[in-house]
Amino acid sequence: MEDSQKKLAEHSGKSRLEKIGKTISFLCIAFIVFVVLSILYFVASKGIATFTKDGVSLIDFLTGKIWNPGSIGENGKPLTGALPMIAGSFIVTLLAAAVATPFAIGAAIFMTEISPTVGKKILQPVIELLVGIPSVVYGFIGLSVVVPFMRNTFGGSGFGIISAAIVLFVMILPTVTSMSVDTLKSVPRYYREASLALGATRWQTIYKVVLRSATPGLLTAVVFGMARAFGEALAVQMVIGNAALMPTNLITPASTLTSILTMNMGNTVMGTLENNVLWSLALILLVMALFFNILTRWIGKKGAMN
Amino acid sequence: MTSENHIIETKDVHLYYGKKEALKGVSLDFLPNEITALIGPSGCGKSTYLRTLNRMNDLIPDVTVTGNVTFENKDIYSPKMDTVELRKKIGMVFQQPNPFPFSIFENVAYGLRIAGMKDKAKIAEIVEASLKKAAVWEDVKDKLSKSALALSGGQQQRVCIARVLAVEPAIILLDEPTSALDPVSSGKIERMLLELKEEYTMIIVTHNMQQASRISDKTAFFLDGHLIEHGETRQIFTNPHKKETEDYISGRFG
Ligand SMILES: Nc1ncnc2c1ncn2[C@@H]1O[C@H](COP(=O)(O)OP(=O)(O)OP(=O)(O)O)[C@@H](O)[C@H]1O
Ligand SMILES: [Mg+2]
Repeated sequence: MEDSQKKLAEHSGKSRLEKIGKTISFLCIAFIVFVVLSILYFVASKGIATFTKDGVSLIDFLTGKIWNPGSIGENGKPLTGALPMIAGSFIVTLLAAAVATPFAIGAAIFMTEISPTVGKKILQPVIELLVGIPSVVYGFIGLSVVVPFMRNTFGGSGFGIISAAIVLFVMILPTVTSMSVDTLKSVPRYYREASLALGATRWQTIYKVVLRSATPGLLTAVVFGMARAFGEALAVQMVIGNAALMPTNLITPASTLTSILTMNMGNTVMGTLENNVLWSLALILLVMALFFNILTRWIGKKGAMN
Repeated sequence: MTSENHIIETKDVHLYYGKKEALKGVSLDFLPNEITALIGPSGCGKSTYLRTLNRMNDLIPDVTVTGNVTFENKDIYSPKMDTVELRKKIGMVFQQPNPFPFSIFENVAYGLRIAGMKDKAKIAEIVEASLKKAAVWEDVKDKLSKSALALSGGQQQRVCIARVLAVEPAIILLDEPTSALDPVSSGKIERMLLELKEEYTMIIVTHNMQQASRISDKTAFFLDGHLIEHGETRQIFTNPHKKETEDYISGRFG
């Protein structure tokens, strides 16, 4: 009798502990959700104010080519064309990803298929180190090396889209490479064995089996790199020149959404159009971040169905 | 026993994983159009031996092979040997069904494509014939473009066999091809192997004594890296010459 009572008491003690644990983790989640929703609400309400309060049309904002929110254009409306920055962001991102992808996949193939020992002992630590370098360092190197190089090669100031794309390329390369390595490593060994046993060469096996079955993972790696490039502010701002002009070539100063944001956010007054329109830029960044996120999820799902 | 008859001959084969000797001098020959069963307790070197025959052990770092292995009277460990060509002649089926994450059709067509075949009609014809030979055509004919991973284990294994048949090897090595399958699927595969005997030489590793006695012509018993006994399956199972063989077959160890 006494014994079983004791047991019952003990049991309820455990279940109380469980309840407390559940409550705490629920509270943590609730807090995180609250913070995320607040940020979303804050950015969205501010970003939308440009259109609701200040009467800027969304079309003008997205397609206008002149950015000078402080002044009024010929049509009597403020000059809030964000297309130069939108274009700038997309161009640097796509360029960086386009160059980084073959390098990253090539390096990953080398590290997993061709020379795993060198890959593990030398390249892996190097890449992990590179992933950890803060972006300001990449920007600084870009400023001291890439920009002067461009200036000497193409003339002009050396600031521009090409410099930004190179810095971003170097910056996302380690991330994309290490994600690609993980993906290739996760391709089961028995796929390779089956292929070789059928008389495939090593290269055929890499190309037709390993890369093919790793495609969803590799795409995810690239999209992840693009998301990082798209959202990078500091390093880009240091080398792109920050001229809010429609990019007409790769070697004259241009700008991205992030670079204009970081340049101007300290110079505007809360509640004014100049400030609100920066929030609209931030909103675009947020939407793009969401888009990249959904894209990686979608790729993952597609891959899992295979 | 004249050597011209044998399709594969191995003489005094030793294999080392690093310093560990896994095969300790195995000499064994195979006649064309026969099924040979390799039996023996776990870890005795059956898979290792099988993989020396198509040089799959090359893929493992630090492996040394000594002795002599010939296929159609050619030394397969000679530096002149083209392993890619060799593996087209000597196909392999693994213990775990391992179809590629592609469609059923693409799985079977894989060997043809890597060999450079472009003719679509010809590829389709060979794929169909191979799936029929592997006794899985009826199961998959309506879903050739579906992923092979969606099939049952037994169907996957037969697709894997079809994938090997498409390349038209002379020899098929099978490493416990039915150990991951239910009895019905295993039975289908056994019947199929017996039919394939007309065209192929097969070497099959199995832990299933009934399976060995049902389908094989010859049986080889391995123990601890040694080949203990080799002969007609009936003789091995009814009248083994060696005590170890008898003990193993009657289930006294292993
Ligand atoms: N890659 C490897 N590296 C080192 N040792 C290995 C390797 N593969 C196998 N061995 C060793 O070689 C010996 C023979 O292994 P093998 O796989 O050929 O045995 P098996 O007869 O096929 O056994 P099972 O019936 O369990 O499949 C074992 O002692 C095993 O531990
Ligand atoms: Mg084995």
